[in-house]
Amino acid sequence: MEHSQLQGKLRKKILDINYPVGGGHLGCALSCIDIMISIVLHKAAGDTFILSKGHAGSAMYALLNETGEITDEVLKTFYKNATTLSAHPAALKYPSIPFATGSLGHGLPLAAGIAKANKLKANTATSYVLMSDGETNEGTSWEGAHFAVANKLDNLFVIIDKNGLQGFGNLTDVLGDTASAKVWEAMGFDVVEADGHDIPNILALKNELLNRKNGKPKLFIANTVKGKGIAYMENKLEWHYLSMNEAQYNEALKSIETTYGI
Amino acid sequence: MRKHFSTYIENIADKYDDIVFVTGDLGYNALETVAAKLGSRFINAGVAEQNMIGVAAGLASQGYRVICYSIAPFVVYRCLEQIRNDVCFHNLPVYIVGNGGGYHYGVLGSSHHALEDIATLSGLPNMHCYAPAFVEDMNTCLDDMIAAGRPAYMRLGIGKNLPGDMSLTSFGAATVPNSNARLTVIAQCPVINNALAALKDNPNKPYIDVFAVNKMPLVELPAAIADSIKTTKNILVIEEHIAIGGLASAVSLAVHERSMAVNKFTSLRAEGYPNGLYGNQAYHQQVCGLDEGNILKVINSYF
Repeated sequence: MEHSQLQGKLRKKILDINYPVGGGHLGCALSCIDIMISIVLHKAAGDTFILSKGHAGSAMYALLNETGEITDEVLKTFYKNATTLSAHPAALKYPSIPFATGSLGHGLPLAAGIAKANKLKANTATSYVLMSDGETNEGTSWEGAHFAVANKLDNLFVIIDKNGLQGFGNLTDVLGDTASAKVWEAMGFDVVEADGHDIPNILALKNELLNRKNGKPKLFIANTVKGKGIAYMENKLEWHYLSMNEAQYNEALKSIETTYGI
Repeated sequence: MRKHFSTYIENIADKYDDIVFVTGDLGYNALETVAAKLGSRFINAGVAEQNMIGVAAGLASQGYRVICYSIAPFVVYRCLEQIRNDVCFHNLPVYIVGNGGGYHYGVLGSSHHALEDIATLSGLPNMHCYAPAFVEDMNTCLDDMIAAGRPAYMRLGIGKNLPGDMSLTSFGAATVPNSNARLTVIAQCPVINNALAALKDNPNKPYIDVFAVNKMPLVELPAAIADSIKTTKNILVIEEHIAIGGLASAVSLAVHERSMAVNKFTSLRAEGYPNGLYGNQAYHQQVCGLDEGNILKVINSYF
């Protein structure tokens, strides 16, 4: 499947599972789904991926439905009573979701621990973690970052979904740019900053970064658009939270059709 | 207990090649030989306890058993969410070892005390807390913790050796069952030694059953303790920990759930800082009535 078709298909799936149940965090799922396609669908055997921004759980579920790990029947239970698919991923339910997340600032230390385990075992697997930009406000981001640098975890691959909007304001207004390339470079990360929606480019950059065995943990700062692909949601803070009404759902579907041709 | 703990880890390092030891930058003059023994499996995670627990969970998810060491308050309160979400939710073998339970660190101040650690952790899913009283039951706790491969917390203090008239049990330690007993003393952690000192040469000693309970939560009231309470109908709980969420509330719940008849129930426990003043461990124990003199007074009040 063409990347653009898959980007459209999974966006539609995110909307389809959220609309009937009044689910939110749509802007957050739409800003990182292209990154997740690039990482989750292209990781090697033994690699691990942690969705630290657990509020994009519906994007993970759409993706795992695409791979077959979550069946259509189970996907329909999203956000409903007696589901395994809570809005924020639960523990010990799916092999591709190694850790329950939802409280920010947990994924980087966890992924650093996995990367450290891989180093101890002389295992070549990569430990991936996807964080939100607002998440870099958390102190554990800084603790985890320094740990990764001190332990020379160049098998750790961090992605920051930098859409510039956090829970109640612009990233740069709330605490300043805690997801700044300069800051993370200064800490000792090997940093690349690029478009977080351009899948071929993400794949190329990923390989380039991972091939640099320089003892530095990797950081891909993905410049993204919150609500990407749904014109009326794009760059709107309120779509961190809101759920769609019928008219908005229909308009969103049209927007996807226009942008991605499906 | 700290020295004994480090020796224990050194001794099992070869047997368990999946053990990783992580410290939150503590262990000066105590863990040097552990570090030497474990080599790359010894990690100083720095003054960053939350990250330490997250890293430990990540390591544990890849098949390691991970010991996280710091002083008790730092490794319990600072990183509670990491313990709950990262370790307990996933039932991972991360063993949190906190040195200095209760008022152990004395005049270093309240930041260094752990009076609510067991209350804080023992209710978390899959968590098993160990609170040994003596060097000997610390060994059984360590054996259990290392082998079980599930989330655990161990509270260390200054432990003495098991007294000659007590034996190790599955729940801790106990005196010989006594059908003439008139008081059941249930204690946790080394503060039990104040009770044992109070009982020394006490004429009522033959009529008192003493138990040390070293595992929390108290899922089941041990049969030996239940039998003792049935005989005595009098309970004295002693702990260097708050009563809420500690041993006193656990025993109280167990007794009520079993509809056991109790004439008198006394809880001697950590009371925080009632006079707003600070001192060494013995000072705080005295302020809270956990000292030998007050324990003797309370024991005698039962006779």
